[in-house]
Amino acid sequence: MATATLHLPAGAITVDVAFREEVARLSGQPLELCFQCQKCASGCYPTQEGDYTPNEIMRLIQYGARDAVFRSRTIWLCTSCETCGLRCPNGIRIAEVMDTLKQMAVERGITPAGETGPMFHNLFLNEIRATGRIHETMLMLKYKLKTGNLFADMKLGWQLFRRGKLPLLPRLKKDPAVRQIFERAGGQG
Amino acid sequence: MQYSYYPGCSLEATGVEYNLSTRAVAGALGLELVELPGWTCCGSSSAHAVNKDLTLGLAAHNIALAQQQGRDLVVPCSACYTRLSKADHQMRHDPGERARGEMLAGFSYTGEIQIYSFLEVVRVQVGMERVAQTVRQSLTGLKLACYYGCLLVRPPEVRPFDRAEDPTSLDELVAALGAEPVPWCYKTTCCGAGLSLTRPEVVEQLVARLLSAAREAGADALVSACPLCQNNLEMRRPAQEGIPVFYFTELMGLAFGLGEASGWLKKHLVDPFPLLQRFSLVG
Repeated sequence: MATATLHLPAGAITVDVAFREEVARLSGQPLELCFQCQKCASGCYPTQEGDYTPNEIMRLIQYGARDAVFRSRTIWLCTSCETCGLRCPNGIRIAEVMDTLKQMAVERGITPAGETGPMFHNLFLNEIRATGRIHETMLMLKYKLKTGNLFADMKLGWQLFRRGKLPLLPRLKKDPAVRQIFERAGGQG
Repeated sequence: MQYSYYPGCSLEATGVEYNLSTRAVAGALGLELVELPGWTCCGSSSAHAVNKDLTLGLAAHNIALAQQQGRDLVVPCSACYTRLSKADHQMRHDPGERARGEMLAGFSYTGEIQIYSFLEVVRVQVGMERVAQTVRQSLTGLKLACYYGCLLVRPPEVRPFDRAEDPTSLDELVAALGAEPVPWCYKTTCCGAGLSLTRPEVVEQLVARLLSAAREAGADALVSACPLCQNNLEMRRPAQEGIPVFYFTELMGLAFGLGEASGWLKKHLVDPFPLLQRFSLVG
């Protein structure tokens, strides 16, 4: 597959068309149709703290800039609220694209420095695999222990507990059907 | 009318008052909600971030359970509702996805059952007229900003029961209860709940903007249809911000004169009683 180097203000990136085709296939979205109208970006509140706007992510995919995309903080700030896809004049469901990029990045073990999103998702899915359901108290505790940030939100946790919103005992039930789904789905989590 | 009921994990913990009020209000409207035996997590926002097969498989498993029961499924949590109805839509309209879902969850999809959010049941099956007839104590004077959140009405092709950009069902509902819905622009703007643990500093900005917009629109409180939004709007708000956030089912219970309503409202992190006392809605 042909590759070339493109010199952008952000630096030199390697263009690789195969990447766009792969993301298009996995997400089922017509990525070539994005013409940078920026409607997605103007409605996107969660990713304002990110390194790229959603339309910039689309352009980087068109360029085939794998690394820039996989290392971007923006994809982990996307909450799949679907505002972008709803407004896209070309019918590109960008939330599907963001999901696909996250899935590909996790598969390759590439995440931006300091990003705890993938670790959180992993904990979350492990809870489902273990008991079939999410026990919110356990999940919060495990996340806090893993990030070493045990004291942030301590007061909040106590307030929730006092109101009976963080039960200590989960309704434990190991569900073999759920384990089978994890096996068939090829394991992450 | 009998339905299978899928509470979802949040409704057993941080969203417990949504669970209690939904069950009570359904009873008052003559709807029978039978908890789906053996239900498991829908995969929530984590499955689709990491694994496409898990996303479909975990949702399809619950659809399989609901199919066994032979009753339509009611899902109050917007996040669960999105995951389950999206998987159902995929399997209903795409033979390839259907085969994949059947393989992952080990069942045969018939498409016989429908999946509804509770708000959808109230709007479409019950109707606002019957809601208004059930009111014993009108919420007159209460100005409410209806906050649908992002997931409830999206994507539009999956559940076209309300408009995806400017939905109206909650507004119609609170009006039927006697309250006054205020016009505002943030009905479906994301509150960032999915990032509440991993990126609280980002979420705090989103929540502050939403709450102050509701206040500027003249609202006394917000109304939510999602346990993740309701919790997030209370947990990540600025310290000085005290505008209450109700579940729509709590307001229904209050207006229907259900005695247990004050027990639900005591579970909120932001005390809604001073506001309700001002309008003589609680003792």
